[in-house]
Amino acid sequence: MVGALLLREWKILLRARASIVNPMAFLLLSTLLFAIAAPQLVAEPSQQASGILWVLVLFTQLLSLDAMFRRDYDSGTLEQSLIMADVPFVAVLIRIFVQWLGTGLVIVIATPVIGPLLGLSWSAVPGTMLALLLGTPALSLLGSIGAGITVGFSRGGIILALLVLPLFLPVLIFGTDIVNAAGAGLNYTAQAYWLALITLVALIVSPFAALAGLRISVEMQ
Amino acid sequence: MKLKQKLKEYWHKLGSPRWFYQITTNWVTFFGGSALLLLVTGFVWALAFAPADYQQGNSFRIMYVHVPAAMLAQSLYIGMGVAGFIGLVWRMKLTDVAIAACLPLGMVLTALALFTGGVWGKPTWGSWWEWDGRTVSTLVLLFLYVGIYALREAIPDADLRARASALVSLVGTVNIPIIKYSVEWWNTLHQSASFSLTEKPAMPAEMWLPLLVMVLGFYCFAGHHVLSRMRLEVLTRESSSRWVAELMLNKNAVDGTPQTSTTDHGKG
Repeated sequence: MVGALLLREWKILLRARASIVNPMAFLLLSTLLFAIAAPQLVAEPSQQASGILWVLVLFTQLLSLDAMFRRDYDSGTLEQSLIMADVPFVAVLIRIFVQWLGTGLVIVIATPVIGPLLGLSWSAVPGTMLALLLGTPALSLLGSIGAGITVGFSRGGIILALLVLPLFLPVLIFGTDIVNAAGAGLNYTAQAYWLALITLVALIVSPFAALAGLRISVEMQ
Repeated sequence: MKLKQKLKEYWHKLGSPRWFYQITTNWVTFFGGSALLLLVTGFVWALAFAPADYQQGNSFRIMYVHVPAAMLAQSLYIGMGVAGFIGLVWRMKLTDVAIAACLPLGMVLTALALFTGGVWGKPTWGSWWEWDGRTVSTLVLLFLYVGIYALREAIPDADLRARASALVSLVGTVNIPIIKYSVEWWNTLHQSASFSLTEKPAMPAEMWLPLLVMVLGFYCFAGHHVLSRMRLEVLTRESSSRWVAELMLNKNAVDGTPQTSTTDHGKG
């Protein structure tokens, strides 16, 4: 059951390459915009890089959230899977996991390229990758709540942002703190544990809330 | 055992809007009267009789509005979260009425807390706005309120709107402590809480007693405001039911108890 669901989501992810390519294109494009708008900021390694990088990651995640349940919702598959699945909670969790593979994990892998482009020093790259690896799952998880509730709206973009961005704040705080500490050559174990804690809390709460939100959206159809 | 029975009975009765309307008639008067008394006393005491601060002078007096507004803004959000939880679990009609009633007041009070904070910050810190820990958490609280407001505006169906806003208030309430502590980690230059229920206050009694009166006054005002809004909402939602029609037709039944006498019916 779980294997079949995973396989299905994985195949969809590979076939619809846009779901991986588009967020990355957006991230690179906004990096370019930053480099043009504030050249002095990205010219040399600086502390500002961590903040810019994390905000861009947050926006990339936010923009790709709408697609999380959209296709299945429009085709009616979502309704069926909520009815058919033995444990609907697992189906939602797998959906979130695969969405993270397509955005969060790709962002982590792309960090050595995008980070230095934004003026991140090379010594901070491993710490940044760790921060993103720990933090991006929380973004997908918390974002799934907003995505589940707003998938029934025809124009839910702004509402999704209003609902989800305040919840992203703790991830942003500890994420940037890790990157700053890594850049300054300091120990960031404490922040990393806190970030992991936030992700675990999100893992416990989010799938249930997202499921409740999806049930509301399915009735809206 | 008897108390448990009684509580259970009360709980079940809460599911009935009509019962709620009847029982709160006196509460509204009580809260309204207490609020008026406490707020007038508090204002006069705080503005005219409380001693000026030895460092901040008279500018500290904005605290008598700022602190109650900020406390109440948080309490109302948590109240919405609790109402959301009850609504999701027991599917009680009244909980959405409560959320709808708390939302506008909470939003306005959060904005008021931010504004009065700026008014205090200008002479004290030298700027209207500082990105300090508690300012940021209050701003986030405002956005949490705005999120629910936007969501409610977007869903036309009453039942789905109720469930969606219950869910979002619950998720927001679970997140409030996490957001608060991470923001504290991020930065704190705000002075630590000057008022707490469990600790002895750091300021003299002449200063914090009026604050206590103001806080109580604000809470009573909130009780009055929220209950009045809820009662109006109950009447609107139940407008097609018989008891509301009877209530509206029967002018004598001001306390909400439907009267059996039919003498006045023709005049309504």
